Amino acid sequence: MTYLDHAATTPMLEEALEAYVATAREVGNPSSLHAAGRCARRRVEESRERVAAALGARPSEVVFTGGGTESDNLAVKGIFWARRAADPGRVRVVASAVEHHAVLDSVQWLAQREDAVANLLPVGETGRLDPDGLAAVLDAHAPQVALVTAMWANNEVGTVQPIAALAEVAAAYGIPFHTDAVQAVGQVPVDFAASGVAALTVTGHKLGGPIGVGALLLGRDVDCTPVLHGGGQERDVRSGTLDAAGIVAFAVAVEAAVKTQQEYAARVAALRDDLVARVRQAVPEALYNGDPVGRLPGNAHFSFPGCEGDALLLLLDAQEIACSTGSACSAGVAQPSHVLLAMGADDDRARSSLRFSLGHTSTADDVDALVAVLPGVVERARRAGAVKSIRS
Amino acid sequence: MSGGVDSAVAAARAVEAGHDVTGVHLALARNPQTYRTGARGCCTLEDSRDARRAADVLGIPFYVWDLADRFHEDVVETFVAEYAAGRTPNPCLRCNEKIKFAAVLDRAVALGFDAVVTGHHARLGPDGLLRRSVDEAKDQSYVLAVLTREQLDRSVFPLGDSTKAQVRAEAARRGLAVAEKPDSHDICFIADGDTRGFLADRLGEAPGDIVDAGTGAVLGAHSGAYAYTVGQRKGLALGVPAPDGRPRYVLSITPKTNTVTVGPAEALEVSTVTAERPVWPTGQLPAAGLDCEVQLRAHGQVVPATVGLTDDGSLRADLRRPVRGVAAGQAIVAYRPDPAGDVVLGSATISTTA
Repeated sequence: MTYLDHAATTPMLEEALEAYVATAREVGNPSSLHAAGRCARRRVEESRERVAAALGARPSEVVFTGGGTESDNLAVKGIFWARRAADPGRVRVVASAVEHHAVLDSVQWLAQREDAVANLLPVGETGRLDPDGLAAVLDAHAPQVALVTAMWANNEVGTVQPIAALAEVAAAYGIPFHTDAVQAVGQVPVDFAASGVAALTVTGHKLGGPIGVGALLLGRDVDCTPVLHGGGQERDVRSGTLDAAGIVAFAVAVEAAVKTQQEYAARVAALRDDLVARVRQAVPEALYNGDPVGRLPGNAHFSFPGCEGDALLLLLDAQEIACSTGSACSAGVAQPSHVLLAMGADDDRARSSLRFSLGHTSTADDVDALVAVLPGVVERARRAGAVKSIRS
Repeated sequence: MSGGVDSAVAAARAVEAGHDVTGVHLALARNPQTYRTGARGCCTLEDSRDARRAADVLGIPFYVWDLADRFHEDVVETFVAEYAAGRTPNPCLRCNEKIKFAAVLDRAVALGFDAVVTGHHARLGPDGLLRRSVDEAKDQSYVLAVLTREQLDRSVFPLGDSTKAQVRAEAARRGLAVAEKPDSHDICFIADGDTRGFLADRLGEAPGDIVDAGTGAVLGAHSGAYAYTVGQRKGLALGVPAPDGRPRYVLSITPKTNTVTVGPAEALEVSTVTAERPVWPTGQLPAAGLDCEVQLRAHGQVVPATVGLTDDGSLRADLRRPVRGVAAGQAIVAYRPDPAGDVVLGSATISTTA
């Protein structure tokens, strides 16, 4: 199999897997007072320190969660609730239009159920946010704004956002800034303190750790109302028995991913550039989406005019090549990507898109395998696309 | 793969026969909030999950194809328009004609597949003849009779030689969780089964008269002629009993005057049926007339008849004995009796009766 879907999830690092298994063999609830509990507690706290050190945060700023979606929900809803409780006038949430659904749907839920007002920041045609645009919104509405949230890097088209500049704008107005850095950690340099953000989402399985564990880095001075209530773990912000094995493996993976980031990015970006050049050569009409320069090293995102992304995916899958169309609803019905639509693409371009994402196990063979079958697949998908347009 | 037991077993048999099989579930609901949340029907989230599970068990790729727009246009809107025109459509038949063996088949062929396999209960052997299922109670040849030669040539029905009970037993044996899933009976896009309410929502209230066929007297009122079907007896709510005390039935619906005409049972009897748009996958439709058997609605009785082409290209059937409750909009399907399974000769859409 040729796996070109690392942005969906990437294989666990061997050392993370070993750490997971070793810890999972030990009994102990980190909240228990006896020796077994203390042992588990120690593993969790060591992991907290490792994650903090790798990401430029203080250990007390690391809130372990069940992954990216939970961290995003906690940050968006929790900070909104806390800020509005302190000042009932703060009802606005400013978010980029290209957020992952974990953020976007949380914002929309707040708008529908909590009378929040959502301000979606537009992006340019490369998917990039403009800090001046944020400044203009805050200039007009700052006293009403509860928080600003913008992803570090986009999961679909790979565009990396000017997070430090955006955070600086928010800080100038005294507004907490959250960033979903799920796609960024291990791919580009991420430093919590240096970036100036108030909260940062990170998850394990995008960087070689297990699925189902992640963290919200939450500045010590940032008020956040819990989403999960219970035993009061994690600064009372996130109750629930700590998953020691998952957390240990997560920390091992974060540390490794951050340590090797530079070398990884150089190697994978070179592979990606080769993939892009050869795809364009093989399918000259392919449109390359996203920022040509400021993007994640492993991301290549194209639209293939006249084809449906779904059909391309099916045909590539049949050739044992795994990639992604970007977004799908729970019934599996493909919707045109909100990210591409926000970038100004029309419905057809959005529906004809495909994401190839490389990762730590990718090799030149993967690129060769894709390029060998892609022209035939595109040709066939185009014929299938034409059938549809004639009939309908 | 609808998520039901039939398509799951059909897929399993296709895999076992050595084909390279890909599972496809059709998303047919345009508005997920209305169609997909129903517990019944064939396009709920639960059904798509069941279909996916079956594909997983069989180890085949599985995709959801979104044909909601096509389905809405070709099946749902046609369904509503047909009722508005005083006819009684069969949406399953239309779905086979326009969606499963047209939109899906076309796309599949363009993508490099050879044929569409479904879990319909009908036989289609190497002779290319479509025959009734061995399970007469479950036979679906009627709703497949609308398929052309071209469509049949790219269709595979692996279940025709099995009874439903055998299919369920096989599903259980294969570890398919849908083995005991109840059959779906209702129109899939009317999740609550309330066809009259569904039509009323779309066509609005249109009050009119219910008149007596013999005297022309107004016997009652209706709030929309689309709610009635020829042969219907219940729900007429006529205040005045018939002079002879016998039950009255809907004889015809006239959209032009928005009138529902009622009369005694014998007035329902029909001896001649004219039908439009004949589809004849078994060769040329004879002008002279062909002795065969015809079926005039799904699960309806079969009567001997002589069918032939008229000058204007319609199909005319002279029934050997009168039949009651023949509604325009339904299909007339001609069968040739055969010990190896009655053969579908062809079909057409009923337009007028006499």
